[in-house]
Amino acid sequence: MDQQIAQFQEALESLDKLRADALFREALKENTPIQVVERLVVPTLVRVGQAWHDGTVALSQVYMSGRFCEELVERVLPPSDPDRKHQPRSAIVVLSDYHMLGKRIVYSVMRASGFELFDYGRMDVDELVERVLADKLRVLMISVLILPSALKVRDVCAKLKAVGAPVKVLVGGAPFLFDEQMWREVGADAMGSSAAEAVSIVEGWMGELQ
Amino acid sequence: MNAMSPSMTSMQRTLTTLGQQEPDRVPLFLLTTMHGAKELGLSIEEYFSRAENVVAGQMRLLQKYRGDCLYPFFYASIETEAWGGSTLFLPDGPPLCGPPVITCPEDIDTLQAPRVMESPCLQRVLETIRQLKERVGDTVPIIAVAISPFSLPVMQMGFDKYIELIYEQPARFERLMDLNIGFTVEWANAQLAAGATAICYFDPLSSTTNIPRELYLTTGQQVAKRAIGQIKGPTATHMASGRCLPIVADIADTGTAVVGVSMLEDLGELKAAAAKRVSLLGNLNGIEMRRWTPRDAEAHVKRAIAQAGRGGGFLLADNHGEIPWQVPEEVLLAIGDAVEKWGRYPLDWVDSWTDTA
Repeated sequence: MDQQIAQFQEALESLDKLRADALFREALKENTPIQVVERLVVPTLVRVGQAWHDGTVALSQVYMSGRFCEELVERVLPPSDPDRKHQPRSAIVVLSDYHMLGKRIVYSVMRASGFELFDYGRMDVDELVERVLADKLRVLMISVLILPSALKVRDVCAKLKAVGAPVKVLVGGAPFLFDEQMWREVGADAMGSSAAEAVSIVEGWMGELQ
Repeated sequence: MNAMSPSMTSMQRTLTTLGQQEPDRVPLFLLTTMHGAKELGLSIEEYFSRAENVVAGQMRLLQKYRGDCLYPFFYASIETEAWGGSTLFLPDGPPLCGPPVITCPEDIDTLQAPRVMESPCLQRVLETIRQLKERVGDTVPIIAVAISPFSLPVMQMGFDKYIELIYEQPARFERLMDLNIGFTVEWANAQLAAGATAICYFDPLSSTTNIPRELYLTTGQQVAKRAIGQIKGPTATHMASGRCLPIVADIADTGTAVVGVSMLEDLGELKAAAAKRVSLLGNLNGIEMRRWTPRDAEAHVKRAIAQAGRGGGFLLADNHGEIPWQVPEEVLLAIGDAVEKWGRYPLDWVDSWTDTA
């Protein structure tokens, strides 16, 4: 599978949709859809995410890769598929901010990795806390671009903690990348430095949340 | 020029370093914008509503923090206001761009660029520059801002839709670039005519953080060559925290004089890549700066100067092009102190320097 992952990664990074599609179909001949997601798509997106973190791949490639993988996975693993069911109730949101690209990328990569999650769009603190409680979330992913929004995560975490909500908060976005201590300071449970890392973190939480 | 020479003005200091020579000390480009509102006790929205406020704020900041430039930058979305967009003001952060003015790619087919002289919001900036120029003459560089035609669509239509446009709709992309280049050139030249010394050409989309080099060479770089070639003054191309080490030479090919660089990359490597063709502006971490102690500030200033100060061609600044509202006064004062202490040429102390940042 290593060779297939390398080829799939190359196709995605060069935006060669036809080649990526062919490799995906090829993998489906010997694997079930969820196996293809777990053995081909997720490891590839992890590599793409790591490459962005290392500075060798650009955000435009990460975005287009995620969007395309989301389409491929959607085709073979629709939202109603039972393989998508055994996961914690999750949502993603942009907090008090209007920069939506980061959320869009993480959402695509999560869905391309077989996860179903609510997309809350953009919300402010109180609206978000109410919605998290109403939806009985177990995982909340918060994306921000500007510093004031990142600091507002502290209010979200404090309010959720005050009512004893059993939800884990995963944060991501530029302020957290430029200050690696900030996610702890605001009371989050983890920080994802790329979309793929966010997927790995949520996967790691799945056992303890079920 | 060395430590025995009389002090230079900020303008002399800056021009000397841009000429790849060592001035009396490393120029400090403390790019404070919203801090002017703090100085005047105004909200950020109120502060930017009048040219007189920004003039008073910038003059106070210049005196207080001992920087080497004035920075009459209001906020990025003032340009999209001119295109019919709106701005959302926050109490504690940079004003944000409202909903996109281009709601679907088809809008580009009928889009018309605004005229600078007919845009009251831009006139406010021009008036600010004129008044600052009256105050400082040629002693302090006035650094105005124009968002690059290539990066402007991130605000005009949203980042995701724009990436898709670049990859999937080349004809509409070209039309949008034609419109934006006309606007940016007119806007930059109006600011220069009002008294700006140079234009900070914000082009974060061209950063290798955002697009691969191959794409930059056929898009952002071509646009920059066309735009910068028509701007009647020096430019500093700023990556707004994005990486650019693999394209420093390509950026130099656009005719720009300075590159604003990120703390994600090594200043020494960037300096070598710049090869005296462009000067560097950077690269203190503005986000982390919020919680620095004065001692941290000194260590980070020392590191930047040690890595890039020798031989000139270096202006010390934050790495994003705007100091966050949350950065406290004592940190900014400590940065000024550290530049005064460690930025005097010749930088003999660098030989025995060890990194404590």
